[in-house]
Amino acid sequence: MSALLALFLAAAGFIFWQGFGAEAAFGWMLLSAAIPWLFVLNMIPPMIWMERKGCAYIQDRVGPERAFIPGLGLRMAGLIHNLADVVKLVTKEELLPKHVNRTFYVAAPMLSMAVALLVGAVVPFCHELRFSDGFVFRAQALDLNVGLLWFLSMSSIGVYSVALAGWSSNNKYGQLGGLRASASMISYETVLGLSVATAFLVHGSTSLNDMVSGQYGTFLEVLPRWGICTMPVGFVLYMIAALAETNRSPFDLAEAESELVAGFHTEYGAFKFALFFMAEYVSIVVQSLIIVTIFLGGWQPLPWNLLHHDWLVEPANAALVLRWLLGATALGAGAFGLWCLKWHRTNRLRWKDSRKNEGIVLAMMLGFGPALAALLAVLLWGGPTSADGGVFTAAVVEFSALAGKTLFLCWVFVWIRWTVPRFRYDQLMHLAWKLLIPLGLVNLIGTAVLVKTGVI
Amino acid sequence: MANTPLKQRGIAREGGYLLEIVKGMGVTFSHLWKNIRQPENRRTVAYPEIRNPFPPRFRSVHRLTRHADGAPRCTACMCCATGCPAGCIHIVAAEYPDRPIEKYPARFDIDMLKCVECGLCVESCPCDAIRMDTGMVPMPAFTREDFIYTKERLLSHEPQVAPNGYRPRRGDL
Repeated sequence: MSALLALFLAAAGFIFWQGFGAEAAFGWMLLSAAIPWLFVLNMIPPMIWMERKGCAYIQDRVGPERAFIPGLGLRMAGLIHNLADVVKLVTKEELLPKHVNRTFYVAAPMLSMAVALLVGAVVPFCHELRFSDGFVFRAQALDLNVGLLWFLSMSSIGVYSVALAGWSSNNKYGQLGGLRASASMISYETVLGLSVATAFLVHGSTSLNDMVSGQYGTFLEVLPRWGICTMPVGFVLYMIAALAETNRSPFDLAEAESELVAGFHTEYGAFKFALFFMAEYVSIVVQSLIIVTIFLGGWQPLPWNLLHHDWLVEPANAALVLRWLLGATALGAGAFGLWCLKWHRTNRLRWKDSRKNEGIVLAMMLGFGPALAALLAVLLWGGPTSADGGVFTAAVVEFSALAGKTLFLCWVFVWIRWTVPRFRYDQLMHLAWKLLIPLGLVNLIGTAVLVKTGVI
Repeated sequence: MANTPLKQRGIAREGGYLLEIVKGMGVTFSHLWKNIRQPENRRTVAYPEIRNPFPPRFRSVHRLTRHADGAPRCTACMCCATGCPAGCIHIVAAEYPDRPIEKYPARFDIDMLKCVECGLCVESCPCDAIRMDTGMVPMPAFTREDFIYTKERLLSHEPQVAPNGYRPRRGDL
């Protein structure tokens, strides 16, 4: 993580040093490699927080709120628990049981994390940045023309990590969990492939860049041409298959704690377990990114042709949008600061240590400070004027749109987990092979007919 | 129903299942929203900082009551020590030289390691000298001596006042 951050900073420094544009091509290359991983890895703590706090609120509980930074007293509504987790997992003894197959036992968690991270490499994070000197930068680690195929092939390698972990643990529960996980992942990969195939048909390409730019405009005169409107059945199929692919509830039979202790990671502890734990969230984030890219317009801020990229890169328009966004940030952050102060007034007597100051610290750090900065930026700076400034602003706006949509989908994953009970194993298989795959085939044929007749 | 394989149900039922999931998500979201809007309505209590009072008739740690002049009401009649099924009350009686009530306890020790919190001492006391209305639970300690509550400690305990001002009377206990 810190190495990635160093890479990111080095790349950014190199770009600043060489001037933005073609001379800094090497720095841009480093940056494009760092962006997806930084994004995905930085989403892990918010995801874990969302899971814990979301499930607590859904179940009428309070959720984690105790861990805090001594001195500052910041609890951040439970976000600090992630730090405590890291300390706990890193300082724990790295146990290597005697009865395991050492090579695969150690390799499996690494493989799961590596695969989960590699999958995200093909996602475009914003429209390519066309600088005024002709240099083009793609915020995408791998600009493959078979991008989606890379995604499919890489995510199917993910089965190996689970199967290997289950088998190499030399443990009945682990073995059963690994078997269940591989069976469900292989079955639902078929569903995934069938629903993605409709996207191939609609957009006539397997490149994710083409898919995003193909989602501008309208469909049937009124609807936006986003994938969720052109292929709604494919979207539902993909959502279900993505839940099974990431081994999330209601398809988390691989780690059904009432039957299999912890499934394939029963024998894992300390940081090897943490790798599995993080890989689960990384794959959720990556699946959300892919769903957003295929079905929800990718980095497009708004459906139809609103805030179209060609309109957004004009410096004047970019400045306008930026001013609105900064103003909204100032308002939101200011409201948050006021809310923090109100919270502080009602809760300050509750704690006897540094936690009693939390409301004020948060109000300053996340409320009034950013609000003031945004306000000053609006009043004093006024937005970009050069062509490159417009390009940058458009990239920032589009990246924020992508991040927001991804965050929402991640929340949907959490939301479904705490709503739907777990399937039985035979129901899982029946659902995949007897319902979803036929449905996917019919959907594929139907979409092919619609594409051929020119409706889509 | 639960054991019916999916193949016997048909696509229409499964479509219904998808709808039910969406409904269920609505239910969970309503809980989430309610708890964000009104966090004070949750039942969870932040325990060490906030403590719910015990119900008024809860038999908590004993206390010895006093006369208006501060002297203990206890006359060392041994009714409580006799009635105690656990045998945890030890009284050493002494005599006042100058008061109409002649006896008082020189020592009044309750061994909390033996006490079963049955309340028979309170019921057997003819003078209303011992009560179990402090609202405290016996706290853990590191030595056996710390579990023996002396007369001074029992006299220092204060009664718990319920939030509505209710304090149990003798007949309630």
